[in-house]
Amino acid sequence: MNQWFEANSLAIWTIVVGILCNSACAILGCYLVLRRMSLLGDAISHSVLPGLAIAFLMTGSVSGWGMAVGAAVLGVLTAFLTQAVHKLAEVPEDAGMGVVFTSLFAIGVILITRVASQADLDPGCVLYGLIEFTPLDTAPLLGWEVPRAVQTLGPVLLVTIAFVTLLWKELKIVSFDPALAVAMGIRVSLIHYLLMAMVAGVTVASFEAVGSIIVIAMLIVPAATAHLLTDRLAGMIGWSVFVAIVSAVFGYWGAVRWNTSVAGMMSVVAGLLFATAVVFAPRHGLVSRFARRLRLSLRILREDILSRLYRAEESLTTITPKSLPNATRSRWLALMQLKRAGQIERSPGGWRLTSAGQTIAAELVRSHRLWETYLATRLDLPPDHVHSPAERMEHYIDRALQEQLARELADPHRDPHGRPIPHATIRAEVTVE
Amino acid sequence: MTYNTILVLVGVGLLGAGAGLVGSFAVLRRQALLGDALAHAALPGLCLGFLAVGERNLFAMLLGALITGLLGVGLVAVLRNKTRVREDAAIGVVLSVFFGAGIVLSRLIQNSTTMTGSKAGLDSYILGKTAGMIAADVMLIAGVAAAAIGLVAFLFKEFLLVSFDAAFARVQGWPVQAIDFVLTALIAVIVVIGLPAVGVVMMAALLIIPGVTARFWSERMSRVVVLAAAFGVAMGLMGTAVSATYNKMPAGPVITLVGTAMFAFSALAAPRRGLLARAWNRRRDIWQADYAEVLRFAYEFEEAKAVRGLAEFQRVKSWSPHRIRKLLSETLRSNDATFAMSPGYSLTATGRAKAIDVVRRNRVWRRLVSDYPDLVSLARPLTNESPAEYLPSLVVADLETKLVAEGLWPTLSPEGVR
Repeated sequence: MNQWFEANSLAIWTIVVGILCNSACAILGCYLVLRRMSLLGDAISHSVLPGLAIAFLMTGSVSGWGMAVGAAVLGVLTAFLTQAVHKLAEVPEDAGMGVVFTSLFAIGVILITRVASQADLDPGCVLYGLIEFTPLDTAPLLGWEVPRAVQTLGPVLLVTIAFVTLLWKELKIVSFDPALAVAMGIRVSLIHYLLMAMVAGVTVASFEAVGSIIVIAMLIVPAATAHLLTDRLAGMIGWSVFVAIVSAVFGYWGAVRWNTSVAGMMSVVAGLLFATAVVFAPRHGLVSRFARRLRLSLRILREDILSRLYRAEESLTTITPKSLPNATRSRWLALMQLKRAGQIERSPGGWRLTSAGQTIAAELVRSHRLWETYLATRLDLPPDHVHSPAERMEHYIDRALQEQLARELADPHRDPHGRPIPHATIRAEVTVE
Repeated sequence: MTYNTILVLVGVGLLGAGAGLVGSFAVLRRQALLGDALAHAALPGLCLGFLAVGERNLFAMLLGALITGLLGVGLVAVLRNKTRVREDAAIGVVLSVFFGAGIVLSRLIQNSTTMTGSKAGLDSYILGKTAGMIAADVMLIAGVAAAAIGLVAFLFKEFLLVSFDAAFARVQGWPVQAIDFVLTALIAVIVVIGLPAVGVVMMAALLIIPGVTARFWSERMSRVVVLAAAFGVAMGLMGTAVSATYNKMPAGPVITLVGTAMFAFSALAAPRRGLLARAWNRRRDIWQADYAEVLRFAYEFEEAKAVRGLAEFQRVKSWSPHRIRKLLSETLRSNDATFAMSPGYSLTATGRAKAIDVVRRNRVWRRLVSDYPDLVSLARPLTNESPAEYLPSLVVADLETKLVAEGLWPTLSPEGVR
């Protein structure tokens, strides 16, 4: 065990650093995504750069509290300036944000290249970071040699968790219903700026180790993925942390496999997870949406076939597949489903309703004709205008609505076209008796 | 200046003009940050272009960048329209994942042993570098920018229509989607050719800042667009010049900061829409409202045959002593009132005419609140605006009749003031 750890300590520590940083970002990212402020996170992670440079100039070191304070100040400043430019100068909010963060970033780049380039702080390092080298820079902790990045990011993650736990209720209300939050006396703007300061703090703590690219990716991608997978805040945070961890592990693996940037690979893995969620998420994914739509259209088609057969039998004409609703591919599927359910059967030259099918079809036709009558008598629509709305509506009229319609129309026997309205069927179990 | 310097300046100038032009449309359409996503999404394309050709060929790289950039923008649109992901998150996801992929590819290129040499100089695309550009590259950039500018001029009316009112344009039978695509593609082209000079992160600035800055100076889109182009040129030229003159001054950030300075100056000092102009107008409006109030109080004191010295005016409204003194001395200076030790300030004929107007409006507004509670949302009792402009004429007439009947309707005749 110990030997295995020794042999793989570089990989393990890199992954640990990745997990710590990604999780902290992912947790905060949930609130950004929910509040539709993802891009403010992006902006802040760019614009903390001058804060870093100034703190470096003042303290002469690339780590420590000076940097954290400098970054937090710049983070809050970015959020504040974006608001100020939007409100005072009446610039659209996204454009204002663009002006603010690019300007601050530009100041940061110039400060760093002109003043701080002799130290180990350069724009490239800040952008991509060198997470793979973090395990080499260690310091003793409780008798162990623990990478410095773990000693920074560990507490950062703990502070993030503490922040979210302590302000759980406030953050939740502010995220979902800011107006309610104001009415309840929660100080929305204080919470907002605290969140921005946290984002800036996490950003800067991660910078040193992993670079800003991964911070931006981890602030947005895991939360956006989680948002597709669940409708509950706690679940969303859980999923986003899961995505963060998986990205850290497989990002490292992929980067080693193809000898490339770890930070970049972690964002790519997160992107792949996001793409998977977009396609396969249980409720909000593309596949399940498509399936839902397909099921609905098949049900409508089945019901259309039943009511068409009912009308044909009513007028004593036989019906052939040709005269059924016009959707060739799904029509066959719908017919098979109806046959399997025992609602229709083959007849010479076409199909006819079984008695079970007749019951259901009568219900549908009753709904249809009741709705026609309602439109004609209550909304004064001419009889030739009521068929097509009723054709759409019949699929959504349940028994309760049907009864209400019958009551309000005093149980009519004929629809506006003079055709009989089928009687309300007595419940199936009674007919069986 | 060497030939190369002049060439670079021309190229960056044209780039700035193009960015200003398409950028003002992007800002108008609330797509400012889409340009940012585009710039980031272009990075993997640069690398793929390099990998495809196997050497540093700007055209191939920019073509690759254009393809992935447009792919990124398309993905944002699909995510926004077909899934639960909202636009901000969609932009953020595309931006960060594509950029991450770009970093992965560029590191692959740098670490591979088969391709030695300049390694495509991919790093210079992050922050931009005008100094190292060779003549052929600049020609390419300048040519594409000029073509883009020509296309914007040619399709100006169409772009304007689609940007302001896409629904109307659709009803009118314009091919809205096609125009929309051309505009987006133009933005993409400009962003992509800007990458070598300005860099990925700061390209958004060159796109956004000219348009936003021009907006302060005019209300007419045709003028905004021309101004934005001019601001873009200024940003490009001044930024490049500064960056070339001083050591350790990357072009992208300097160009951005030139833009920031122009933006800040315009936001403050632009006539009408600048902060100073608007603050000054607000001050003037408040002063005029206060002055009208003073006239009203002067009239109402006279009506009540009350003493009307400084102290009385001060008591009826929470003006500071300094403010009320200034307001009252203004009434004397503009001959709206005279002063005597007793009974104090008295309105002159001109002052009374003005005051009667104010009093009438004030009383109509106040009466509205008590008599027409349904219309309270229309009431503007604290302003000196004419009720006739905001209320149905029947209501105004009714309120007037009531006020006349109760003797509360001031008239110019001497018995108006008893």
